Formats: sequence, C-alpha cells, structure tokens
Amino acid sequence: MRATQHDVSREIAREQEEYRRLGVVRHHPVRSYPPYRSSALRHPEHPLVAVADPEAAELTGPAFGATDVTELDADLTRQHTGEPLGERITLNGRVLDRDGRPVRGQLVEIWQANAAGRYAHRRDDHPAPLDPNFTGVGRCLTGADGSYAFTTVKPGAYPWRNHANAWRPAHIHFSLFGTAFTQRLVTQMYFPGDPLFRYDPILQSVTDDNARARLVAAYDHDLSTPEWSLGYRWDIVLDGPAATWTEDATPSEEDR
Amino acid sequence: MTALPTPAQTVGPFYGYALPYPGGPEIAPAGHPDAITLHGRVFDGAGEPVPDALLEFWQPVPAGRTGSMRRDQTTGGFAGRDGITFTGFGRVATDPDGRWAVRTLPPAGVPYLSVCVFARGLLHHLFTRAYLPGPDTEADRLLAALPAGRRATLLAAEEEPGRYRFDVRLQGPEETVFLEFR
Ligand SMILES: [Fe+3]
Repeated sequence: MRATQHDVSREIAREQEEYRRLGVVRHHPVRSYPPYRSSALRHPEHPLVAVADPEAAELTGPAFGATDVTELDADLTRQHTGEPLGERITLNGRVLDRDGRPVRGQLVEIWQANAAGRYAHRRDDHPAPLDPNFTGVGRCLTGADGSYAFTTVKPGAYPWRNHANAWRPAHIHFSLFGTAFTQRLVTQMYFPGDPLFRYDPILQSVTDDNARARLVAAYDHDLSTPEWSLGYRWDIVLDGPAATWTEDATPSEEDR
Repeated sequence: MTALPTPAQTVGPFYGYALPYPGGPEIAPAGHPDAITLHGRVFDGAGEPVPDALLEFWQPVPAGRTGSMRRDQTTGGFAGRDGITFTGFGRVATDPDGRWAVRTLPPAGVPYLSVCVFARGLLHHLFTRAYLPGPDTEADRLLAALPAGRRATLLAAEEEPGRYRFDVRLQGPEETVFLEFR
C-alpha cells in the first residue's frame, strides 16, 4: 500500500530528530533519505573515498563561452513566437565560492515546469496544460562579479508519486559550474513562503534548518520591474576545493 | 571559508529536455585517429538499470577551451559541437537500459577520466573515475590504497582496441568506488 503524507511526514520528523541528536552540521542532503523513496536503491553504502591530491584533474574544470550560450538563452519568455502564460519574474543572484569570491564566466543552466506545473518533457504525464510558448530551459554565463540573471515565469507546484497526495513546492532546477569540477552543483531554488515546504521530502532531505533556508530565494521589490515582472534574488555558494585561485582565472574577453 | 554552501538537490526525472545536448557525448574531434570509446551501464542496488541517470566527463585541456555546447546565434537552437575543438567535457544521459557511451581522446597527464553521476533518486551527485589500462594506472596511488575488489570498480576494461567498458553501480556488492575531494 502506498504511504500517505502522514506516514512520510512522520518519517521526515524522525530524520530531523536524528539529525539534531547527532549534533554535527551537515550542509548537503544525506544520499540515503528514506522519505524520498527513489533514494533507497540509488545511494552508495560504502563511505566515499577521500582524495587529497593537489594534482587531481578534478581541481580544474570545463570552460564555456559565448559560442555555448546566446543572449536569448537567459530570457525564457522570449523563446517562442508568443508570450508564455503565468506570473513573469526576474531572477538575479551571484555565484560565489566558499571563500565568498565571485565565480566568474561560468555556466548556469536552469530548467523548470510551466506556470501550470507541467514540464515540457515527454515523460511528464501530469494532466496540466502544456504551454506552446514555454519550454522552460535557460542558460547564461556569470559576469565579472559572479552575477547571473534570468527572466522567466513562476513555475507551478506539481504532483508526483513518492506517496499519496505528494506535491512538489514550486521550484527551479539549477546546474552550476565553478572553476573546478569538484565545485559542480545541481540543486533547486524555491520560492519564499510556500506552504508545501514541510510536506516535501526532497527539500526536507536537507535536514539542517539554516542550510534548507539557503535554498529559498528572497522576494526583492527593487528587482521587480514596473508593469512587467516580480523580482527574486538567490545567491549560490559552490562547495568543494579548486586549484589555487588567481585573479585572472576567468576566460579572457575573446573567449567569452 | 566564510560562505556556507548551497545544498545540492536531485537532478530529478525531467532534466532530459534541458541538460543533454547534441554532441554532448562526442568529446573527441570528429575523425580523430586516436579517439576511444568509453561505454557502460548504470545500475541500482537491485541490479536494475537506471534509465534516468546523467553522466558528465571531464579531462584536463589547455585552459579556456570553450565550445562544448555551441548555440546557434540565429535560431538559439543547439548547433552541437564544432567537431574540431577538444574541450575535455562531455555529457550523456542513460537510455532506457541504463546504457551510455562517449567518444573521447585518451586523457593526458592522468590515466583516468573524471566522472560525475546525477540521477533521479540521487540527492547529491557522485564523483568517480574511469581508469584506462596502462602503466600509470598500475602505479596510481589512489587505486593502490583500495582493497582489490573495490579497486576493480574503477578500472575500465578494454573490450577491443580503443573500446572500453565502464559500468557504474550505485549500490550493492559491486558498488562503484565514489570519491570525495578535500
Ligand atoms: Fe522539478
């Protein structure tokens, strides 16, 4: 029999309790998180093997530039002939490393459901309407100060089959590159005040309250554009070591 | 370290129309005489194939080599790779049988390709390495420090000249060795 939300919420509470009892700060989700059913057979059981090799290839990473991304890629509302339905938003933020330094000239990719909560993906069978004017994929390169910017529409919440009556809070998927492959990050950005937060095992897999709060964007009225869009701000900090940081680690203008 | 990291979240089931791109698995320049094929399958803890994993590959190249994705400046669509520049980066999604394949050049300077694994159900990506047979692999310190049974999970097997097999097992008795960088 499929678990109810009540069952899953109880498991989420148990995981929270266990995390607090351990008393060690964990910034990332643990890969084995029973309330998220799909994690059961997809997490390693051996501890990870630590690599402390200053020559490791992973301390460098791929570069992307102007040939990989076009201006159009950052505006998800202009990728079709018509306007997508939904609440238009502008989304800004900065990408930083663990030392708070800007991550420059690196690729940011986003993907999301449309305003009705439906992905333009063949296997999404949620019976909400597709929007012929919205694909929901965006890309940009961070600027000299690590900043990124997208224009899109606010995605809708959508149901999934983790348990009975399971709904994902509205979110935008993010993929980020740092200067090192070790800094690679795939994550999800949430919208402030969403009533679904506490019911969602994917968000709650981040058991640390402060860490979880870092996945939620802030509404920023100064970013809102009159008669046009609502503004949200979300800064991202990439984890993981990189080769020694230098001022000119960014691709040159010609490469961009 | 002053800034606290943004937590990871799963790539989910619906990245397929967003992250993969034409030419993503074609890391080697077209027609390069030294190109090799690395392929395999991704399995879960029950030995079932994982049809919705995404693998990324990285091997060092001279700094700043761009052109992995190549957007068409006119249509905004993907034009694929330029077929000439070796950028060291590849991306491939598994098929319904959990299969994937990339074409690349033998890594220079290190005996392995760096691999990053994403999947629905995997809340935080996993790093591993696909080591190619050769004297540098035999002398590798990381491999030497692993128990023999576990070491084998990082060794790509040469099936025929230039074609290597590398399976990823997320869990189970033959679980792949996954890495953590400090
Ligand atoms: Fe999603």
